[in-house]
Amino acid sequence: MFKIVTKRVLSAVNKLMEIEAPLVARKARPGQFIILRVRENGERIPLTVADSSKERGTITIIFQEIGKTTKELGSLQEGDYLSDFVGPLGRPMELPSSGRVVAVGGGVGIAPIYPKVKAFYDAGLEVISIIGARTADLLILEDEMRAVSSELHICTDDGTKGHHGFVSDLLQPLLDDTSKKIDEIIAVGPLPMMRVVAEQTRPYGVKTLVSLNPIMVDGTGMCGCCRVTVGGETKFSCVDGPVFDAHQVDFAELTRRSRTYLDKEKIALEKFEHECRCGGEK
Amino acid sequence: MPLEAEQVKLLRKMKEKHPMPEQDHAERIKNFNEVPFGYDAETAVKEAMRCLQCKDPACVEGCPVEVDIPAFIKLIQEERFAEGIKKLKEKNNLPAVCGRVCPQESQCESFCLRGKKGQPVAIGRLERFLADYELAKGVETPAGPDRTGRRVAIVGSGPAGLTAAGDLARMGHEVVLFEAFHSTGGVLRYGIPEFRLPKEKILQREVDYIAGLGVDFRKNVVIGKTITVDELFDEEGFDAVFIGTGAGLPQFLGIPGENLNGVYSANEFLTRVNLMKAYLFPEWDTPIKLAKKVAVVGAGNVAMDSARTALRLGAEEVHIVYRRSDKEMPARAEEIEHAKEEGVIFNLLTNPIEIISDENGWVKGMECMKMELGEPDDSGRARPVPIKGSEFIFDVGTVVIAIGNSPNPLIPQTTSGLELGRKGTIKADDNGATSRRGVYAGGDIVTGAATVILAMGAGKTAARAIDRYLKSL
Ligand SMILES: Cc1cc2nc3c(=O)[nH]c(=O)nc-3n(C[C@H](O)[C@H](O)[C@H](O)COP(=O)(O)OP(=O)(O)OC[C@H]3O[C@@H](n4cnc5c(N)ncnc54)[C@H](O)[C@@H]3O)c2cc1C
Ligand SMILES: Cc1cc2nc3c(=O)[nH]c(=O)nc-3n(C[C@H](O)[C@H](O)[C@H](O)COP(=O)(O)OP(=O)(O)OC[C@H]3O[C@@H](n4cnc5c(N)ncnc54)[C@H](O)[C@@H]3O)c2cc1C
Ligand code: SF4
Ligand code: SF4
Ligand code: FES
Repeated sequence: MFKIVTKRVLSAVNKLMEIEAPLVARKARPGQFIILRVRENGERIPLTVADSSKERGTITIIFQEIGKTTKELGSLQEGDYLSDFVGPLGRPMELPSSGRVVAVGGGVGIAPIYPKVKAFYDAGLEVISIIGARTADLLILEDEMRAVSSELHICTDDGTKGHHGFVSDLLQPLLDDTSKKIDEIIAVGPLPMMRVVAEQTRPYGVKTLVSLNPIMVDGTGMCGCCRVTVGGETKFSCVDGPVFDAHQVDFAELTRRSRTYLDKEKIALEKFEHECRCGGEK
Repeated sequence: MPLEAEQVKLLRKMKEKHPMPEQDHAERIKNFNEVPFGYDAETAVKEAMRCLQCKDPACVEGCPVEVDIPAFIKLIQEERFAEGIKKLKEKNNLPAVCGRVCPQESQCESFCLRGKKGQPVAIGRLERFLADYELAKGVETPAGPDRTGRRVAIVGSGPAGLTAAGDLARMGHEVVLFEAFHSTGGVLRYGIPEFRLPKEKILQREVDYIAGLGVDFRKNVVIGKTITVDELFDEEGFDAVFIGTGAGLPQFLGIPGENLNGVYSANEFLTRVNLMKAYLFPEWDTPIKLAKKVAVVGAGNVAMDSARTALRLGAEEVHIVYRRSDKEMPARAEEIEHAKEEGVIFNLLTNPIEIISDENGWVKGMECMKMELGEPDDSGRARPVPIKGSEFIFDVGTVVIAIGNSPNPLIPQTTSGLELGRKGTIKADDNGATSRRGVYAGGDIVTGAATVILAMGAGKTAARAIDRYLKSL
């Protein structure tokens, strides 16, 4: 059993939890993820390691409540336990040795991009960060991101904070500014956002990385559920990724595959919310 | 009541095994309950009487863990069941599992003298009988020996790891078993379905027995990721490591359309159903999607399990698609028979060439070619050759690929000094010793995908070798 030692509500739908998992904490590196199960008959879901502390023996996860499992996780409190927590899984991200990096985080993608930006920053790289969300209330980790970025640009779809528009609007001038070479771009967010960024940077030939989030089961290369086509080859995201070259990823396939269980997910969520309501009436 | 001498004489002449009662096939495809019910005591004693108690028993040669078959059968003949199970357990830590899943027809029973004329003694069924008898009575854990103070790490809780762990604990060593999943048993848990090997009733109790021997189970630990093998020695203070990580990397066909929605590897399909209990969705959270018509590619145990699972999930038509003929099908005879009884349709000498998409990227068919058998290939089996112009399309909405598994590269990649075989297996000698001192390996990770009992045999041999190694330290 794995104890929730801290819980913070970051926005209406985003929560942060620090989980006691000393073995995982000893090893976790930026770019990696964990898989957890809330309880015995729960689903195994992957979440990025947002931060880790060897000293405290903890892993921090930040998640968006979108379905049954993430909502149930969000309903737990400090002192509660998760039945399973395994990791760190996936390959750690490779750090460029020098240069300028642009990090683009959209929505809940800000959480997984944060540890990467921090690693760049700690390694002495120049990091320009762009973060965006649907609306100001959903923008998370602004202060944390600012602390590890040399520049931070903000946008919201509805204009309630920063630039009124999309992360791609803010990325464009950086791509066009020929006086400052960009060595690498890393983008993490909803699939449509990553796809747009990939298309946007392709003509510029700038190395662009994305962290993919396909459906997973085991996370150790055993089931093949997480397969994605990268450069025409089938890769298993959990062991070959989750970070890949954005220009090589078949986003259409990934988008389609990630919707495999939409109808079932709806059933699971309705059942959960119904049980919550009934539980509350007692 | 002891049998009359006359009756025994008749039984000795009986050419056929006593049949094992089982769930009716029309009924059983609607549930996940175990198919055969097992022998009752009376039938077991009668079947045991068919054994001739050979002086030089050939059957034993066919058992990879050297169960003293005539001895345990004699104890059944004498109705000394409690002693029978003890005899069995001297060599076999997981008799309830082996009695159910060993391919007896190609192992112990294929050597049995009675098989020369008529059917061999039903060794597997008798083994299952004793194991179930004991489980019903309550399992006795043998007294623990003196502690040796040596520590062994076991990686993987499949049959190889469980056997090695159990034996080493009985030798007095401190044993810690690391398992990547949240649950133990390896393929016995996530691969072989409930209707062949009940998880709570049988498997969990066999695992509990191993735990009772003093093995410390640590789940949710991926060796190579959470802790490396090197660290097990350098930081965790283990004196020896046994690697039993199996062959868990699913192979695909490499044909167009394999990443469409509705194409599963058998590993994913079976894991969702067995480990994650998708058949109980939404009581259990993990979903599975299945069309009315399903094709399973392959004809091994994995394919039979997938096909029979699909039926139980409600598929109306399930096809096995296999590129060789029925003679080459690698599955256990009983599995093929059960699959046929349940209505699985066998399409032999048929090879998929493309999986076809509907307008939304879901499977809507599978294009295949008819094959004929040519010259033998490397494996000694006839090589299937496509027949020109024989293409046709199966109208199916789900495809399960069950053509085999390779070893997972995680441990080889993260462990120093391990010599590997050609197909990514770990090289080990007859004792399970690898190229690295103190590191032993066995089961599917060494042989490639094989059988439960071979994995157990390897675990057993390695345990003995590890014990010798520890004493030499
Ligand atoms: C490597 C990786 C890292 C991730 N990191 C984060 C993170 O840091 N924060 C965060 O909020 N989310 C992250 N995700 C996504 C997160 O796993 C899903 O949001 C979660 O599984 C949804 O589960 P649910 O039951 O709440 O929703 P559901 O209603 O079940 O699903 C909603 C959507 O989530 C996806 N999904 C469903 N089940 C799974 C599954 N078993 N594995 C992966 N995706 C699934 C599907 O696309 C689905 O349509 C990550 C995913 C991956 C693969
Ligand atoms: C569907 C199916 C049906 C089968 N039916 C039969 C049958 O009827 N009869 C028969 O004899 N054989 C059958 N087999 C084959 C048999 O199950 C295997 O040969 C046997 O299980 C191999 O045992 P093992 O201990 O080597 O590995 P496995 O059973 O594969 O166990 C390996 C374990 O190691 C764990 N692991 C892997 N990597 C790591 C890591 N890095 N760290 C920690 N843990 C790790 C895995 O999660 C797993 O639990 C079947 C196989 C399948 C897939
Ligand atoms: S363990 Fe398997 S091979 Fe050995 S006697 Fe039992 S059923 Fe036969
Ligand atoms: S070979 Fe057959 S008959 Fe002879 S001892 Fe073995 S099981 Fe009995
Ligand atoms: S999640 Fe199973 S192989 Fe990647």
